[in-house]
Amino acid sequence: MAYFLQQLINGLTLGSIYGLIAIGYTMVYGIIGMINFAHGEIYMIGAFVSIIALLVLGLAGITYIPLALAIVLATTMFFTSLYGWTVERVAYRPLRGSFRLAPLISAIGMSIFLQNYVQIFQGARVKPMPPLVQGGFTIFESEGFAVRLSYLQLFIILLTFLVMIGFTNLIARTPLGRAQRACEQDMRMAALLGIDVDRVISLTFVMGAALAAVAGLMVTLYYGVVDFFIGFLAGVKAFTAAVLGGIGSLPGAMLGGILIGLIEAFWSGYFSVEYKDVSVFVVLILVLVFRPTGLLGRPDVEKV
Amino acid sequence: MTTASGLAVEKTIRSPVLWAPLLKDALLAALVALLLALPLVGLQTYDIGGGALGIRTHFDWVAIGAAVVFAGRFGLRLLPQLRSARLAAGPRPINRLTVWAGRQAIPITLAGITFAVALPFLPFSSRYLVDLGTTVLIYVMLGWGLNVVVGLAGLLDLGYVAFYAVGAYTFGLLARDLGFSFWEALPFSGLVAASFGIILGFPVLRLRGDYLAIVTLGFGEIIRIVLLNWASVTGGPNGIGGIPRPSFFGLQFARTAPEGVTTFHEFFGLEFSPGHRVVFLYFVILGMALITNFFTLRIRRLPLGRAWEALREDEIACRALGINPTNVKLSAFAIGAMFGGLAGCFFGTRQGFISPESFTFIESATILAIVVLGGMGSQMGVVLAAILLVSLPEFGRAFAEFRMLIFGAAMVAVMVWRPRGLISHREPTLRLFSGPAGNHGR
Repeated sequence: MAYFLQQLINGLTLGSIYGLIAIGYTMVYGIIGMINFAHGEIYMIGAFVSIIALLVLGLAGITYIPLALAIVLATTMFFTSLYGWTVERVAYRPLRGSFRLAPLISAIGMSIFLQNYVQIFQGARVKPMPPLVQGGFTIFESEGFAVRLSYLQLFIILLTFLVMIGFTNLIARTPLGRAQRACEQDMRMAALLGIDVDRVISLTFVMGAALAAVAGLMVTLYYGVVDFFIGFLAGVKAFTAAVLGGIGSLPGAMLGGILIGLIEAFWSGYFSVEYKDVSVFVVLILVLVFRPTGLLGRPDVEKV
Repeated sequence: MTTASGLAVEKTIRSPVLWAPLLKDALLAALVALLLALPLVGLQTYDIGGGALGIRTHFDWVAIGAAVVFAGRFGLRLLPQLRSARLAAGPRPINRLTVWAGRQAIPITLAGITFAVALPFLPFSSRYLVDLGTTVLIYVMLGWGLNVVVGLAGLLDLGYVAFYAVGAYTFGLLARDLGFSFWEALPFSGLVAASFGIILGFPVLRLRGDYLAIVTLGFGEIIRIVLLNWASVTGGPNGIGGIPRPSFFGLQFARTAPEGVTTFHEFFGLEFSPGHRVVFLYFVILGMALITNFFTLRIRRLPLGRAWEALREDEIACRALGINPTNVKLSAFAIGAMFGGLAGCFFGTRQGFISPESFTFIESATILAIVVLGGMGSQMGVVLAAILLVSLPEFGRAFAEFRMLIFGAAMVAVMVWRPRGLISHREPTLRLFSGPAGNHGR
């Protein structure tokens, strides 16, 4: 029981990170119907920017942790969003109206480019980061096994929760969110009604990248290691989460992320650590085969 | 791009170049580049020992990057303005390379094959060159195999390397456990890979194109992870070694042969040379690649091949005409997988050693890049792209480091400028409406 609870906490933490990345996939898919294959790399860039920002702050002598975290969060979100914006501008916008696989291939190219760009300029070695937030609660002990919730896990779950509240409000209450939803329903009609569709799509990428940046910061703090290759697996897992929750649905992405995090945690806790990535891929294939619309998705009718 | 050429059509007279907006635009691009490069290029993390990181600054690189972006953006925007008068005269001539390759198809093909056959015997040829030629040909064969799936049937397969791995491991296991030789194992490699193609394809081929891409990617990773972890059968990360070399109708390429076996050089009365085997391997893969090509070209004229291409263009119309999309896609998938498996079998015999490390996602991406850059559906384009991509890193270490970076950038650039690749495939014979080329479906 205690072991189960511990895996639950670990899974929730992991799932929060996946969920934040998954939102980027689901939003982009909802609005322009493409898989932004480079989104995993955006998250990887977020992790790198956060580690660099932490180091710079350390050199500048800012050691009060809440302040440092706030500054790092803001800088990471800013630079990562800029990357998201540029990727859309360079690799996807010129392809609007091209044949269907073109943006996907372009996205794969972008993903390879970004991965190697970071590898060349930051080195291929794993970047270690000393733990910044230490300590935690012991929830209860039984049979000599202590269930622990570290401050960091609490921070990650709470921050995800806060970001999600802010983000949901942004989509539901603001003019930008309204424009975004309008474009999602009918891009041409939205354009006729005076919405700058290009701008909305750009902002969608910026929002997705900002959320991925938060996830990048979290993973830097949580695992304490970052390398140029983390974007690939995290990207596939987050995409699986988006599909599981129903692609195009924002609450679905978060739900899917948490479920994927739980599946991974329980799989490595009870079965085998080596095959934990296989479990996610198997879930992806099963969902696509048996329920392609996901848990909360709308059925997608293909028309002529 | 579109707005620039649109302007050009309206004003048929060459208008003076507007410098101010050009400069402003280029400056903006440079500013963005500056900001992008600032954290990741300007501040380089490095180990200072004891598991800690330090930071080195490289602001000069950032400045160079921004300057390059400024110049590039400025040039890209200036060119269409300078050429506006010429552009307005008529529609842009389509890709000259494609036209040339289309008109001279037969002479080019013959010249190419002649050159490929003659390569080992040319005066400047060396063992290294023949070896490189073998590597290029493996990729050409893989490219042609994947072209069936991506180019003809329009199914984006991101896990093609899985079939390559299945083929290689089929041979590796048959050779290790049952003592099969290369020629005995070759058909099995193809068959097993094709069966894997069907097993994977059957449930997932109903999916939309981009879902299929992700599922095949996942499948490729599953195969690799299983190969890596199922150590009792596959040898895990250590792989399988001692894979037998191919023989020439039973004649082995060795200095000395065991009792009762004749070696190649003894039979033909030649001086023993290790180069014989290199040349022989080269001809084996050349033959296999040419068979792949011939097969594809012929099947393209059969109803099945026509159905692939029709399905790529419009699935709903095909369904209305009574084509079963799942079966047609499945056949393309299986045939593509079979060629991947055959190439994998050759890879095994050439290396003599296989391990999961040879079958990563980057390999899939490389093969896909060859197909895409060459022009999806174009057999000649695949050859061109394979030669370019495989020999690029041979020109120096500097290139090798930037190889994948250039790969990625080239994939994006080709999609933006020439979505149909260097040599685009043939155009449909009939057009229902005169839309711009390359604007099919969504």
